[in-house]
Amino acid sequence: MKRREFLKSTAVFVAGASISVSALDFIDPKEILAANPDLRWGFLVDTHKCVGCGFCVKACKIENDIPYDANVTRTWVERYVIKKDGDVVMDSPKGARDGYTSKLLDQNHSGMLQVPDEEIAQAFFVPKLCNHCATPACVQVCPVGATYQAADGVVLIDRTWCIGCGYCIMGCPYGVRFFHPVEHVADKCTFCYHRISKGGNTACAQACPNGARRIGNLKDPNDPVTVALMTQRVGVLRDEYGTKPQVFYLGLNKEVR
Amino acid sequence: MVEQVAQMIVHGEAWTVKDLFVLPNEYVYWSIQIVMYPYMTGLVAGAFVLSSLYHVFGVEKLKAIARYALVFSFALLPVAMMPLMLHLSQPFRGIHVLMTPHFTSAISAFGIVFMTYACIVAVEIWFVYRKFIVESIHRLEKLQNRNVLENLLLPFYKLISLGCMDISEKALQADHKAVKIMAGIGIPVACFLHGYAGFIFGSVKANALWMTPLMPVIFICSAVVSGIALCIVSYYIFMEMRKWAAKRGKNWLLPDAMAHGNATMRVEELRSVQEHEVKISSKYLIIFMTLAITLEMLDMIFRGYTAVKSWDALRMVIYEHDFMKIFVYQYGLGNFLPFLMLLWPGLTTRRAVIASILVLFGVFMMRWNVVIGGQAFSLTFAGFMEYHLPIIPHNLETFKEGLGGMLAVIFTPFIIFYFLNMIFPAFMTDDESH
Repeated sequence: MKRREFLKSTAVFVAGASISVSALDFIDPKEILAANPDLRWGFLVDTHKCVGCGFCVKACKIENDIPYDANVTRTWVERYVIKKDGDVVMDSPKGARDGYTSKLLDQNHSGMLQVPDEEIAQAFFVPKLCNHCATPACVQVCPVGATYQAADGVVLIDRTWCIGCGYCIMGCPYGVRFFHPVEHVADKCTFCYHRISKGGNTACAQACPNGARRIGNLKDPNDPVTVALMTQRVGVLRDEYGTKPQVFYLGLNKEVR
Repeated sequence: MVEQVAQMIVHGEAWTVKDLFVLPNEYVYWSIQIVMYPYMTGLVAGAFVLSSLYHVFGVEKLKAIARYALVFSFALLPVAMMPLMLHLSQPFRGIHVLMTPHFTSAISAFGIVFMTYACIVAVEIWFVYRKFIVESIHRLEKLQNRNVLENLLLPFYKLISLGCMDISEKALQADHKAVKIMAGIGIPVACFLHGYAGFIFGSVKANALWMTPLMPVIFICSAVVSGIALCIVSYYIFMEMRKWAAKRGKNWLLPDAMAHGNATMRVEELRSVQEHEVKISSKYLIIFMTLAITLEMLDMIFRGYTAVKSWDALRMVIYEHDFMKIFVYQYGLGNFLPFLMLLWPGLTTRRAVIASILVLFGVFMMRWNVVIGGQAFSLTFAGFMEYHLPIIPHNLETFKEGLGGMLAVIFTPFIIFYFLNMIFPAFMTDDESH
């Protein structure tokens, strides 16, 4: 065999082999499963049912080791008071950890504010948590890939890899992220991943006495959350940022941001 | 007990005052060090652009300040990284950005952009000083009894000469060409380095004040402005110090003279160089200032005119909460006043220097108003946050992200420059050098 022929046939063989090997790669079942998993976690908040007791916040802090008295929290409840003249007053003291037991609205530096009952048109509570967006801004901006999205849609943080630059905190349009006061890394709601991945419920949903919070698999058409999304009118927070949030709200008012 | 208390203090809580409705996790997370970061990179990029005006475009009048600006830019370079390291809550993991970059993030490119730029500046300095390095090796080798400093310098020069001892006319011609090419590549890279810092802010879609495609361009223009201004101010101060020291023979103030033993500068000569360079540089300062102010005004007018949802909150911040900082300090004292001072006929060196100091202050306030101002309102647009710079530190965090950390960042480049000046004399006046 001449050298030229040898080289020629080697090139043909390598080219042919690489095509067939890459074809094998195409049908890797794991990749297909990861691209189209039969599991996508989503969350449904029924604001009509929330009474502002703050049990969810308390449960979350204890379950997820967020220092109880630190002024950060993975989930919180906001109170909205809409006055007859159209003004909106909001507050969320300590993220509503202790529940709303007073009519005084905490306006931080501006002090406490009481709106007389006769001036109030309506008032309601809105629980908030990480939206586990389909296209999360926080994952996009993390410079080291310490925050990432699992195949089932949950956005998680690798505490051993986060450098603590705070870019994800800045990038999140929902303000769900903060620096963990003990770990000194970015932190946020994980949908209680350690519980739901073992078939359990999230701490906040379990603690809610009225069923205002529910986690479910959006890929399962029989899941109560999916059924609610299909049959009722739901809203999401700040969809103008294109993050495609996966926490859905029943009874969302236009004042809620 | 102490640990329990420490656990309750959240990052950002020490310097943030919230007003009205602010989300529970919102604080001024990006504080003084993130103000310093674009300020310092801006100075690096601006100083380099000033030096390139001579090297690339052949503005002969800027010859003396060009060499100084190049060396000073190199001294500023490591300091551009310092605020980031002081800001990270896990500083030892900072290297992850270089080792495992996640390329959808603007910050991940930092390592690449920064290193490229550092290499270009280093290479340019090497070509500019190559003849000097070789001559120094010959001179130091001839010396019979070298002092400690000279004993340190000789092997160092030998090392950085990279064994390239050819200083024939032909070789020097090639050097000259290489400097020109490096400076030419350096300008877009310097602009990229800083435009990229603007992109870090401009691409944060969650922040209504930051998100604008103009941000990188505004950053570049203000960077060149601040870089030129710093060169003018520091050049003046160093020249004053050298005049003072040359008169009295205080060699410790002349690190290059200490290292190379030729402090044979005449005071009158220094004075004429200083005057000339400062005045010419201030002309370029005006040009870039006009550009920077135009862009900033365009941005502000556009926001007010389009008045999208966030404008109500932004207007409150711009016209009420930060009115003094934006219109009085930044535009009034930092832009308008120096603009008049520089345009007024009969410009003297001292006036140019005072105007440059005001410009430096103005650019600093611009960085402050962007970084801190961008966090002055809640994501809900229903509340506000005020930042109070920690002055007296009570723990490491309030030192790093307080006045102490800020001053550390400001003074480090001058310390680096002192030693760098021993190796590469930035005020060298011999005619043969490039």
